[in-house]
Amino acid sequence: MKIHEHHARDIFRRYGLPVPADGVATNADEAERIAGEIGPPVVIKAQVLVGGRGKAGGVKIANDVADARRKASEILGMDIKGLKVEKVLVAKAVDIEKEYYLGIVLDRDRKQHVAIGSPAGGVDIEQVAEETPEKIAKVWIDPAYGLHQFEARKALFGVGFEQNVAGKAAGILSSLYKLVTDLDCSLAEVNPLVLTKDGKILAIDAKINFDDSGLFRHPELKALKESEDTDPIEREAHSRGLTYVRLEDGNVGIIGNGAGLVMATMDEVKRFGKGIAKPANFLDIGGGAQASVVKNALEVVLMDPNVKAVLINVFGGLTRCDEVAKGLNEAVSGVEAKIPVFVRLAGTNVKEGRELLDKSAFIPIETLGDAADRIVETVSARVGK
Amino acid sequence: MSIIIDEKTRVMVQGITGREGTFHARHMISYGTKVVAGMTPGKGGRKMDDVPVFDTCAEAVKATGADASMVLVPAPSAPDAALEAIDAGCRVVVVITEGIPAQDMIEVWHTAKAAGITLIGPNCPGIISPPGKCKIGILPQGIFMPGPVGIISRSGTLTYEIVDSLTRAGIGQSTCIGVGGDPIIGTTFSDVLTDFEADKETKAVVLVGEIGGNDEQEAAEIIKTMKTPVVGFIGGRTAPPGKRMGHAGAIISGKGSTAAAKVEALEAVGVPVCDTVEEIIARTRECLGG
Repeated sequence: MKIHEHHARDIFRRYGLPVPADGVATNADEAERIAGEIGPPVVIKAQVLVGGRGKAGGVKIANDVADARRKASEILGMDIKGLKVEKVLVAKAVDIEKEYYLGIVLDRDRKQHVAIGSPAGGVDIEQVAEETPEKIAKVWIDPAYGLHQFEARKALFGVGFEQNVAGKAAGILSSLYKLVTDLDCSLAEVNPLVLTKDGKILAIDAKINFDDSGLFRHPELKALKESEDTDPIEREAHSRGLTYVRLEDGNVGIIGNGAGLVMATMDEVKRFGKGIAKPANFLDIGGGAQASVVKNALEVVLMDPNVKAVLINVFGGLTRCDEVAKGLNEAVSGVEAKIPVFVRLAGTNVKEGRELLDKSAFIPIETLGDAADRIVETVSARVGK
Repeated sequence: MSIIIDEKTRVMVQGITGREGTFHARHMISYGTKVVAGMTPGKGGRKMDDVPVFDTCAEAVKATGADASMVLVPAPSAPDAALEAIDAGCRVVVVITEGIPAQDMIEVWHTAKAAGITLIGPNCPGIISPPGKCKIGILPQGIFMPGPVGIISRSGTLTYEIVDSLTRAGIGQSTCIGVGGDPIIGTTFSDVLTDFEADKETKAVVLVGEIGGNDEQEAAEIIKTMKTPVVGFIGGRTAPPGKRMGHAGAIISGKGSTAAAKVEALEAVGVPVCDTVEEIIARTRECLGG
């Protein structure tokens, strides 16, 4: 789960990080009032969960309260990569001498958290890591002992943090690690941490991602959830509890049971599609064969106006194919299927399953390979209609 | 004949009195698995069918000689259950549960490593040895048959599909392991490959990878040194970056985690990476000498 920057800044403050004064505004009046309270100059930042806000015009400096009002009303209501800006952060602007990066992330390969610091802040840290790896300090954290200050300091000095910055930055890494372990975060980062012209060290941006599996321990965080779905069909799918990802430029809706099987089905449609048939989405109905889930899945996949055919690929393991077929039949009775739906069933009770589908509008297929030509033809005939 | 588990493995089921635990324990027993103990705190002294239930793992191990455990309890208590099994001296701990916080798995992983035991999962279908008639997990046992092919996979249903096709083609399996779809998992491809290389009865290995992480690249380093041939498959070639594809660990975040990077790493060490299940079967048959 991702949260807006202003929530992340609040959490940072709770953990003692130096964050400049700010407030959140949902209209120009509020922005003007906050700017007056803080005292200009202020920076107005769109609160949306997509990268590249600055480039999209979602971050602006205001030099007085009237300017803050003007800039806030420009940003509020903007569409940034499919997300509408409904609130802005109004924060004290600072005179920047130098920018740094600090973060804690989970290292999958080493099964532990890693603290990262760099004197090249304010830019995409993955790019820094690729182009100038010598500017990245990493300290892998022993889960039993936590992050020692000397380790962090040593690493930061090693990549060129100045004497007046390294110690404080090491302290901030410790606070971030505490926050990450307390709140089950998959990432917490300050980019940039800045040294101001008058010698202060401040966290002027804040990012926290939470481990979805850890949220049950932090019910208070659920209120901070914001939509990060830039696509309206994804938004609808997620509101129905479905695991759905829309792909660009596709025309064959894909539904299957199990993430690996669905991904393999997507890949296979792309491979045999001759550039005509392309996967339109990822949709995993998971285990079991509940009719309601299958029905929702079909409805959502058909919401995509580009979809010209649907391919359902189910392997019955513990799930029985006849149950799946029953679910499909129940599902389709409520869905007006003007789009051809190809169904491939295999595994447990496949014979019974196929018999059940005989009397339906579904098009049963034996293997994906056998059906490839028919799916390509179907899409080809329907594209442009 | 198989790796990690065999006909001598004595299995404890943590959560045996729950609906899922009972259901899967019965399937494991009907397959031939020696399920010697169940464990549910507060329900010690009862029985699930003929299986005695204990309050603690330590008691269960002491009374029954259980040396492996399956954890099938809800996510909030699963890490504690796994730690208890490790503490009790189980040499294999298989965690089926999905949705365990990564933070907790870090602790379980490091504890398992320090104890020198084999941790499989979490969020995995488990492990099955067709020659040993032993299963610890939820894999549909009806599709397996004994034979020379080792299978390691990050996926569930896709693996079942591959196994079903192998069996229909008359090609049996030595051991099949689903390593799990989470970001932090115990046993990885490289651990299992080393075991398969040492196993005389495993004549070929099928590796089913997917986007996310670097496990396939690590596997390629091991494959370089192996004599046993490996056939590969990578799911998610059409997956967009930054989107989680069902599994918590299946997400493209950085160059190494793309399907293309994994295919390249495997092909560089001579692994044929297949496009379809049919091709996997054909390549595996070639590896076995026709």
